[in-house]
Amino acid sequence: MHALYISLISEYYKSRKTLAFWAAILLPLIICGLISAGFYNNADKIIANHYPPMLLWAQYSGAALGVMGFLIMPFYVIFMAFSVNNIEHKNDTWKMLFAQPLNKFSIYAAKYLYAIFLIFICLFLFATLTYAFGHLLQVLVPKFNFNQYSPLDILINAYTKLFLASLGILSLQFIISLLWSDFLKPMGIGFVGTIMGIIAANVGWKYAYLIPYSLPTLASRITKVKKGTDPLAFPVFTQEIWTSLIYASVFFIIGYFIVTKKSIK
Amino acid sequence: MGNYAIETVGLNFNFGNQAIVKDLSLQVPKGSIYGFLGPNGAGKTTTIKILLNLLKSPSDQVFIFDKEINSNRIAILKRIGALVEQPAIYGHLTGKENLVNRCILLGIKKTKADEMLSLVGLAEAASKKANKYSLGMKQRLGIAQALISDPELLLLDEPTNGLDPNGIIEVRNLMIDLATKHQKTILVSSHLLAEIERTATHVGIINKGQLLFQGTINELHLLSKPMLEIEVDNIENASTLLIKQGYEVTTKTEKVITVPFVSSQKSGELNTLLIQNGFTVSSLYQQRKDLENLFLDITNTN
Repeated sequence: MHALYISLISEYYKSRKTLAFWAAILLPLIICGLISAGFYNNADKIIANHYPPMLLWAQYSGAALGVMGFLIMPFYVIFMAFSVNNIEHKNDTWKMLFAQPLNKFSIYAAKYLYAIFLIFICLFLFATLTYAFGHLLQVLVPKFNFNQYSPLDILINAYTKLFLASLGILSLQFIISLLWSDFLKPMGIGFVGTIMGIIAANVGWKYAYLIPYSLPTLASRITKVKKGTDPLAFPVFTQEIWTSLIYASVFFIIGYFIVTKKSIK
Repeated sequence: MGNYAIETVGLNFNFGNQAIVKDLSLQVPKGSIYGFLGPNGAGKTTTIKILLNLLKSPSDQVFIFDKEINSNRIAILKRIGALVEQPAIYGHLTGKENLVNRCILLGIKKTKADEMLSLVGLAEAASKKANKYSLGMKQRLGIAQALISDPELLLLDEPTNGLDPNGIIEVRNLMIDLATKHQKTILVSSHLLAEIERTATHVGIINKGQLLFQGTINELHLLSKPMLEIEVDNIENASTLLIKQGYEVTTKTEKVITVPFVSSQKSGELNTLLIQNGFTVSSLYQQRKDLENLFLDITNTN
């Protein structure tokens, strides 16, 4: 456990000055900021629609969730899986890392957990900033009715689903980025996979849930459908989420075997 | 307890079908500076990677501090510091941050980082990004990383690569210091014999994956037999005369005849013989075959 802990600390120490780390903070800040700016500038039009508070929150948080679930989230996950491994490929430091008196599992698991941590931070900030900026809008434009409904449960549910649904992609991309040092292979495979996943999910293919890349889309879509009825009723652990978690565990274990067999040339 | 810090027993290693290391039996005595010599591509770096368990060796072929490497990986790595090929440095971190990161991984005090930076003369460049470092500075940082855990065994792969003459001398002195004052064992690889000759106590010469020579530096010197070089006019006749008189002419060029050196007295007798037969001897001197040539001989004949 100690080896895992110090490997994690080292991952943070290494990456804290890189784009990958800051992307986890800047991405939610920028997207939530832009949406909030849009709401602020169009406040009169939006207020004229007389949305009930719940629907206003749905409009507002759905803007970020929609963009995230469909497009940004898969690519963000692909980029995180890439950058956590690329830091070693680029600097030719795998040999140094595996020559340290640490078990290989800790080194591998720390990288994997750190990638998960970055995704968690990103989505956590999305949820938090959506909530905070909503209330900020309320202060700036008192005519909004954000304060008449608490969207916390729905935000937590939706982002938890998105987080869990993206773990399958993460594990798969993690292996690809571990094996190949170049930028194009993981990005290319990830890009094609994501497009395929989105199409498969949107045409409603029966087995779309078996494609890891479809899962964030599927997860966020079900969230939306249920929103019309009772927003709090949707379950977190649906079929997509279980599939994602199974993929994540299987690929994580395969990745570990690759690491133990890997010769550092 | 054995006397060897590193011992390999008939080590074989292949990349696919290509044999990189063949039947290698290294014996690196504790406290020695072991010069691991060989031309580029001889298998030096591969061997060092095997010693770090970066490349998997067959079981019971590699022993470090008398322990089998595959089954004692972590315990062994705790006692080793290494610099393999180009130093492994994170370019986006400063020199100091690179060392602090190593301290984190090794669980040692971060103050060690500053200590190491001054030791390798990088204190002033501590807060400069490592990708702005010159090749020599990177090499120094790599050495600092290898030394930071105060390991008993150092594996240095071409540590003077890219260093200027001052840097080379510093590294040399540092190695001698570490071995003599701090009882470290150092395995240092190089393709330059002159480099190894000045520091090493023991030498192993490898070519095409095979160990061609292993022994102390003095044993290596003994291999180079002294020769007597004679500059004389009328080379052809002089050489015929010498052969007729029972001398063994090793080589003959346009100006110089070379025969094995036996003793000063024998050299004098040979000189007298030539002069008495009407030859003009312009110079006669003992020549020790230099190790560089010996090295080439050893590596070429195989």
